[in-house]
Parts: sequence; structure tokens; C-alpha cells
Amino acid sequence: MPTLRKDRWWVQQVVTATVLTLFVGYASWAAFVNKNYYAGSGLHRDLISPFYSPCLTESCVPGSHPGTIITWWTISPALLILIFPLGFRLTCYYYRKAYYRSFWMAPPACAVSDAHSSYSGETRFPLLLQNVHRYFFYAGLVFNVILTIDAFVAFRQPGIGIGFSVGTAVLLINALLLWSYSLSCHSCRHLCGGGVKQFSQSPIRYRVWKLLTPLNGRHMLFAWMSLGFVAFTDLYIRLVASGTIHDYGFHF
Amino acid sequence: MAEEIIRNTAKGEVTMRLWRGDETGGEFAEYVMPAQEGEVVLDVIHRVQATEAPDLACRWNCKAGKCGSCSAEINGRPALMCMTRMDTLPPGEAVTVAPMRTFPILRDLVTDVSYNYEVAKRIPPFHPREKTDDEEEAGGYRMQQIDVERSQEFRKCIECYLCQDVCHVIRDHEENKTAFAGPRFFARSAELEMHPLDVNDRRELLQKEQGLGKCNITKCCTEVCPEHIKITDNAIIPLKERVVDASYDPVAWLGRKILKRRKSTPAEAEADAPSTGPAAVQPEGGVHGIPAPEHADDALVGAWATDAGPGGDAPAEDAPAE
Amino acid sequence: MVEYETHDFDVVIIGAGGAGLRAAIEAQSKGLRTALVCKSLLGKAHTVMAEGGVAAALGNVSDEDNWKVHFRDTMRGGKMLNNWRMAQLHAQESPDRVRELEDWGALFDRTKDGLILQRDFGGHRFARLAHVGDRTGLELIRTLQQRAVAAGIEVFMELKVLRLLHDAEGTVSGLVGYWRPSGEFVTFTAKAVVMATGGIGKSWMYTSNSWESTGDGHAMSLWAGADLIDMECVQFHPTGMVWPLSVRGLLVTEGVRGDGGVLRNSEGNRFMFDYIPPMFKDETADSEDEADRWYDDHSAGRRPPELLPRDEVARSINSEVKAGRGSPHGGVFLDIATRRTPEDIRRRLPSMYHQFKELAGVDITSEAMEVGPTCHYAMGGVRVDADSAATTVAGLFAAGEVAGGMHGSNRLGGNSLSDLLVFGRRAGIGAAEFASGRSGSPTVDKGQIDAAIAAAIAPFERESGENPYDIHQDLQETMQSLVGIIRTGSELEEALGKIEVLEERANQVSVSGGLRYNPGWNLTTDLPSMLTVSRCTAMGALNRKESRGGHTRNDYPKPEAEMGTVNFVERIPDPGAAAGGVGGTPSVRSITVTPEPIPVMPDDLKALVEEAS
Repeated sequence: MPTLRKDRWWVQQVVTATVLTLFVGYASWAAFVNKNYYAGSGLHRDLISPFYSPCLTESCVPGSHPGTIITWWTISPALLILIFPLGFRLTCYYYRKAYYRSFWMAPPACAVSDAHSSYSGETRFPLLLQNVHRYFFYAGLVFNVILTIDAFVAFRQPGIGIGFSVGTAVLLINALLLWSYSLSCHSCRHLCGGGVKQFSQSPIRYRVWKLLTPLNGRHMLFAWMSLGFVAFTDLYIRLVASGTIHDYGFHF
Repeated sequence: MAEEIIRNTAKGEVTMRLWRGDETGGEFAEYVMPAQEGEVVLDVIHRVQATEAPDLACRWNCKAGKCGSCSAEINGRPALMCMTRMDTLPPGEAVTVAPMRTFPILRDLVTDVSYNYEVAKRIPPFHPREKTDDEEEAGGYRMQQIDVERSQEFRKCIECYLCQDVCHVIRDHEENKTAFAGPRFFARSAELEMHPLDVNDRRELLQKEQGLGKCNITKCCTEVCPEHIKITDNAIIPLKERVVDASYDPVAWLGRKILKRRKSTPAEAEADAPSTGPAAVQPEGGVHGIPAPEHADDALVGAWATDAGPGGDAPAEDAPAE
Repeated sequence: MVEYETHDFDVVIIGAGGAGLRAAIEAQSKGLRTALVCKSLLGKAHTVMAEGGVAAALGNVSDEDNWKVHFRDTMRGGKMLNNWRMAQLHAQESPDRVRELEDWGALFDRTKDGLILQRDFGGHRFARLAHVGDRTGLELIRTLQQRAVAAGIEVFMELKVLRLLHDAEGTVSGLVGYWRPSGEFVTFTAKAVVMATGGIGKSWMYTSNSWESTGDGHAMSLWAGADLIDMECVQFHPTGMVWPLSVRGLLVTEGVRGDGGVLRNSEGNRFMFDYIPPMFKDETADSEDEADRWYDDHSAGRRPPELLPRDEVARSINSEVKAGRGSPHGGVFLDIATRRTPEDIRRRLPSMYHQFKELAGVDITSEAMEVGPTCHYAMGGVRVDADSAATTVAGLFAAGEVAGGMHGSNRLGGNSLSDLLVFGRRAGIGAAEFASGRSGSPTVDKGQIDAAIAAAIAPFERESGENPYDIHQDLQETMQSLVGIIRTGSELEEALGKIEVLEERANQVSVSGGLRYNPGWNLTTDLPSMLTVSRCTAMGALNRKESRGGHTRNDYPKPEAEMGTVNFVERIPDPGAAAGGVGGTPSVRSITVTPEPIPVMPDDLKALVEEAS
């Protein structure tokens, strides 16, 4: 790749590619494995992995779902769910930068040549679909609400009462990070106020936009933190559900 | 870069590898200069000119980071020579200075940046709404500080064209120059879209002819901007979202149908109303023109594509392939 | 003979700063074929450097402000040497010019009512400067640039003009120059030419000006037979950075001294205490203790001597440097680092702190700055008719810094940007009217063109000779040390002698390489202008035997009443016959100086100026 840059510009791309690959690998495995995603009453817990919530198919383990709604889906319920957060992240203005640079190498880094001889950007199918980002954002909000409910529901420790455990903390932090990621989204910033031409005529939307702008500046940070933590949350619950570790906590 | 010679920095010397040549080719030439404290790259280049190479071509003006003339690629990174301090570069290594890669070379470190001036001619100019009676009386438009701040950020631009240089859409794909305005001019369009007085709707033009969709938001323009303008986050992405509003969002389309008469601002209402929707377009060819002929809204789009009158060559013709 | 391309326009404007752009917009709007020629790329002119704002009595912040007060402030600031009519037009028209910018897309900072915000500035009685943060000049040039582009004005960028051309009657009819990128020569015929080339600062070692400010317009007008006035009136800032190189010429605001910064010589002494003039004895502290008390509580002591008027500070710095107690690079030390905590400095002087940190790696919270008098602005320039901006040569108009008279002997901050707008427009109208009234096609003498081209390429033909950079540096040293902020008769005489020697050396200059984008060669074509304006400045300064505004004579430290009634007019009586200068220009020896009375102000305006504040 022709460039006069002498610094180690490729380090960032290698790290990005590695972390994203690891995440995709782990998420695929976790989604297909279709077990150990729920720590239920047997453990005096109500912890569900974010990969499997809301669990709506017949195959969902007892206790993990409010009731079967979808009957025609027979493989892992996670696959039904993950399409939304996956779509949200895939069309995200930050992740686009990350994977266009580290996977597609268009460009690999600033002032380093593209790996492709022709380039049409996001003007054609399928990349034209990046423009639907805001709908994935809306969907993401629905999931944020559900995962927030999950986190609060987790304070209920079946058979013992109300309590607090590492697991509830993990779910709470996870929900918080997902909210940070959603609310710092560029589409969100635009929809809430950025699209207004004259702020002085829409003072409330201006105030919201003002609040979201500093969050938006940290969108990349929230993207990575929430990505890592959602995988960690799944892993933690998986370890608890499989009995590998004990979810320490206390109750009233 | 293994062949680089590490020279006696202990004696206070610095080795400059400067690209010398023209459009037919060239190579890096090395100059060893005494190092001095608190210098920027441009200072050392001036010393090279005054001593060893009086004909070394280098474009510069204010030497204070305000005019945006001395753009180049220093150790491979697009930067202003007057804003790059020597002590921020790796000590003991030669400093490589090359001309901007995206534009045709004139000589040595100087490139032909006319592509940018051609694009600038094609941006439909500012077209303000009418003054209200109150404003006529007060002597000027009324705008609140919060309404002007967003556009003010883009008006900080010093037109160094480093963002245009680093943008891979044209840096690595010469053919895109005909249909791509580039980060500098997306920022200009954003400035006008967010300008409280401008009544043009530039979204269709951006989408169909200025190549906004070609931008894949890899953010190098923001990284190199010496004015620290957040080109991607504050200009390009908001423009992309506005284009989605106009073209890709079925719900927004439906919403507009239902709420047709409820505009959030008078300017928007005016902009959307066909009877008063003027769209100022630059005159034919960009020469001997008269100010702002008026067209209907949709004339904006054609203006970009068809404008190639006398003296107003299409950018492609002014940007020969390598 | 060398080939050249030719162009024909009704109006050609030289210089694309604020004044040139404004003139071009106006001329074009009158339906004339207009060309804008500039030495750099469009939008890079020195106008971008202006920070403070544009002065206009809009009255948005102060109801009491109006053109009369602005006029009075301008005349008083210029120590009454101004052309009263220019000052009047300027004060009357600048509000409209500023509002017009807004109609063209400029975004000034706003008042609460949504109008253009105005800020206070030295010498202006009311808050008067419309501004955009500290980048008002950029806003102005970008607005005009975008307007000019939208209007379809043809712009010839990176084209250096060598000489004006005239027809048989002596009416300016065109110009000859070369494209810097290709080195190819080019001529224009025009019915009228507007000079808008800006300043002259590059003749001094320490200057805030960019490389373009070589006084081309001053010199070309003079060579064409036009009058220059007030060339001795050059505005210097007492504390510009002299070192490191990367920030040389950058101005250090007076705020640094106001916030506790002190001046020291190489021996570490606060030397300003040795230079308190009797006139200021009563109001100035006489010990360091007393001065230091003043910063926190202005009633606890008298003002520190570092805050004496600009010229006193400059004079003292000058004396220390000449006595051999200067800093290593010819300035003195401005120390705030040992006097205030780093947090304090960063909080009170944020932009100063960041500017030096970013550009030079200098941390003003831990080390002293090296400062000295820095050339900033030329008040003097081409003599023009106030209403039409016409010079004393038919067909030639001038506006902006290159024109003289508007600012008298000293310019108020913010008045330069409004000057560009008001007189840029007037020059555009003046030139358009002249061009419209001119019958037939202008003709130029091919002999003049060939001579100018031959002289320009002569340095290539010399096998060996002087290095143009050396001559430039020697000129800068001469001007800095002998025709700087503080002048004396003997030093000015010495400077004139040295300039003549430099002219002879410049005639022996040789360059290598080709014509294409060759800065060494380009410099040889700038040298004639620089030598000419240097000579004019020194001669004007020698003749003005008084101190007034920006012109300070050590041997004549006070203003003299009779000097206040004259302009020193410099001209070349018979340019056609004068030869021997660099590159075929008239020699600097052919320049004459004559005192001529300044226009008398009408009584009603006189009353305005004399009105007590």
C-alpha cells in the first residue's frame, strides 16, 4: 500500500479488525449454542443474557420468557433478536468507519492508498442501505427498554426475595452502556434537533441537541464499551447459568 | 524507509528530504540544515531556499496558520508546514516533505489546486430570505447567536484543502473528481443548509450530483483539519441525515404529507413554498455573469451537472489523470 | 522576443484582499468586464489575518454611536493628518458596507436582540467593532470571495504584476506580469486599473505581514507617475515576537503587560523604570514594589512603566537593544512566567498561551518571550481622491492599505477592514465610471512590455551575482534598525545611503533554475518594489521633523503645529526619463519629496472633532 507515512498506522486497523472478529466469533457461537443463556429460579436468580432477550420462541427455557409468541421459529431465538442490534451497529456511522478502514481498506488509514481500484462509496446497493440507520436506531431503543426492564427484574431473586448480585450490576451497567451508545448515535442527534434549521424557533429540540452533542462526540468510546460489555454480560450469565461460577450477591 | 540516513542530530542538524520535480516526474532530494530551536517545517524550508536551493518551489503566505497556503505531506501525513513544529517529528530521522498527492503537481512542493476552485464555482451561492419589515427598520437581519454558531464552525475553514487531499474518494480514484464535491465543499453546503437565512434546499443536489453518498465517513478529513472543524460529525453526517429525510425515509415522507402546512421555521416554510422558492444559481460559465439569476427550486440540480460554459471547465478537465 | 499572452478587460483589479474583491464586485455589477489579478491563491490575502473586527457605527450596542463620533475618533487617532473627506465617507458608509456583508452570507456574532454584536476597541469611543470571534478578516474575505465567484468575476491567481502600462497620453491602459506557476508572461489591456495590493511590511525584519506585502502597488503607482503621501507613517507594535522563527512577527497583546508581564534586558533588569519621561512621572510608579501593588489594586500604587504609551515602550526597547543589552535575537525579554502562576496565565491569556505553545513549543508560563518592535501597517500610500479613489494618474485607482490619507498618521484598530469595504466599493465605482466614459480601445506600447519582460528575466542571464535572499535580508536589517519604530535624522540618512547601495547590488542579482514557480526569481521581481517603498518611507521620515502618530523621531520628540498641516508627497517627476533602478524601474534616486498642504476641513466637521469627549 503506497504511503509515505512512517508511523505505525496499521496498528489501529489490526487492533480494530482483531477485536471485531473476536466479537463476531463469540457472538455467533453464543447465538448458535442455544443454551446457558438464562440463570433462573434454580439458582435463585433471574438473569437473562442480552443476546437472548426478549426470548419469544417455543424453544426458550422456562422462566426466561414472558410467554411464547413466535411458534414458527425453531432454531436459536438469539438469531431472531441479534439481527436488530447487529443491523444497528453495522449501519452505525462509527462502525462504518471502523470496518471500511480495517476490513475493506478503503482507505486502510489516512493518506494510505485504497486497496481497491474502483470505488463508488455508499451510492449503490447494498451499501445504499446504510441510509436506514435510523430505523435500526428506533429498534435499538426498543431493545434498550427491554434490557433495562431485564436489569430491574433481576433484583428479584426467586425463592429468596429482593436482592443485589454481581449479575444485576452487570445487567445494569450493560443497559446503561447500551443507552449511551444509542443516545450518542448520529441519527439520534439529527432526529432530536440537528435537523432544525433555526434553533431559536425550537428551544426544546435545541436543548436536547445541546445535551446529545457531547455524548455524540464520545460515540466511538460508547460503541466499544457497549460492544465489549454486552459480550461480557453474555459470558458472565453463561458461566453462572452453567454453574461454572457463583453469582455472588445478597438479599433482603 | 530503511535507506534513510540518520544524521548527526547531536550536532544540531536536521535532514530534509524534499520532493523536487514537476508533472513529468521527480525525486526526493536531501538537504542538511542546522537545526534551530522552536522551528516549524516551513522555517527550515525557507532556510533551504535562502542557502542551497533558491528555486525550491513552495507555496506559503501568512506563516501563522491562518491562510491555508502551505499544505503538504510531512512524513506522509497531510499537514500545514507552518503548523508542524520540527520538535514534534521523530528526532534523528530525516523529515520527508512531499506535495499533496490528490492534485496535479506544478513544481516541487506546489500543486495545482484549481479543482477546488472549480468545485467552489459550482456550489449554488447563498440566497437569503427577504428581510421582514422589522428588519428593514432595524437595518439588518435578526439572527440569534445559537442560530449562527453551527455555520460559524464551518466558516472557520481556511481552505487549505488538506481535507480534499486526504479524502480517498478523489485521492485514490481520479475519476470521482467529476462527481464529488469533497469534504471542504460538503462543509460549505452544510454551512448554507444550516444558515438561518439561506432558503435553498441543497439536499437533492448533494445526493445526486455532489457525491455525498460516495463519502464513507472514514473521517480522515476531520483528522487533518488544522482548524479542528468536525467535518464528518458536524457537516457530512448531518447532511447525510438530511438527505435521508428527503429521499430515503418513508416515515418522514409520510409525515411531510400529513403535516404539510406545519413548518418549524418561516425559512423552511418559505423554502418549501413553490411560489417563493427562489434558488440562486451561479451564472453560466462563471464569467461575465450577472448576480444570481433566479430559478425554480429544481433548477439547482441541473446547474451542477450542466455548467461548463466558457472558462468554467468541468473539474475533470482541469484535473488530468496521472 | 519572449512570447506572452494577452487579455482585454474594462476594469482590472490588482490584489484580491478585501479592497480588491469589493472593488471587483462593484465594477462587475455595473456590467463591466472585470478581472481580478492576485499574487497568491484567491482567499489567501493578508486580510485573513485581521482579528479584532470591522469598525462601523451601527449603534447596535451603543445607541449613542453614530458616524460623527466614528469620524471624530478616526481623525483624532490619525492626529489630524487624515484626509477629512475619506474619514467622513468611511464613517458614514461603513455601517451599510457591514450590513451588506450580512446580506451576502457573513455570520457575525450576535447581540441578544439578534443584531450584529460590536466590541470595544482602543481609540473607539463606543463598542463599534462588528466581529466573528477573532477571525473577522477571514469572514470578510470569504464572504467577498464567495460573492465574487457567484458573480462570475474572472480571477487570475498567482499572477505577479510587474509594471503598469500607459497609452500615448499617459493614461493607464494595462499591465504586464507573469504567471508564477508557469513563469509565462501575460499582459492585460484595461480601460481602468484598480490598485489594491495591500501593505509594505516585508521590507522589515520583524513584521506581522505575509510575504506578499512587498509594496508592489505603492511602487508601481509611483513608477507610473502617481503621488504617494505619508509614507513615513508606518504602524509598529512595540512587542512582536522576534524569536523563535516560527512565531517571528506574531504580535504579543498589550494584555500580557496589563496582566503583570514585565520587560527585562539581558542583565535581567526591569529597564522601563529608567525611561519614564517627565510627562508621565506623576502617574507612573517609581519602584518595582509600587508597580507590583498596582496590578491587584489600582489605587494601591501608580501604573507600572511597562504600561506607558506604545511609543515610549518602543523607544525604551530600542534604546536597550542599541546599548547592547538586548536579547540574543535583537529584542528584549517579556517575562510573565516568573510573575504569575501557570494557571493564572492560562486562564487570563488563553489564546496567547495556545498560540505560542502550538506554533513554537514556547511555554509562556515557564519562559520569557523575546519581543521587539514589529512592523504592522502602512498608513501612507497612493494619494487618492476621496470620492472616486482616483489617483493622480488618469485611469489608475487605489483602495485599501495601498491608498494613503484615510488613517492619517495612525490607524485605529478595526478601521482597516471598514476602509477596505468603503473604498474598495468606491474604487470599483470610480474605475467603472472612468472605464465607461473612456472611448475606444486602450492601447499600450509594446516597447514598454518588452522592456519589462527583458528586465525581469535578466537575472537568469548573469552567470554569477548577488543572491536575492541576501539582498532581501540586508534590506530588512537596514529598515529594522534604521527606519524602525523610533527614528533619528542621522540614521535615516544612513539608511538612504544603504538603500542606494542595495539598489546597485540588486542590479547584479542572479538566479538559477527555470521560470516555473521559482521563488528565488520571484523575489528578484519583488525587490524593486521593496527598495522603492523603503526609500519612500525613509525619505518621508527624514522630512517629517516631528513625532506624530505612528511616526516617532528621537530628535524631534513632539508634534509640531506646522507639520500637522502638510502631507509629504513623494513622486517621480518624469518617470519616462528616470532609469537605473532595479529591473528597469526608475531608480530610487529619482524620487522627490515635497510638503503639500492637507485639504482643509469644513467648519462643521472641525466642530465635531474639537468637541470635548
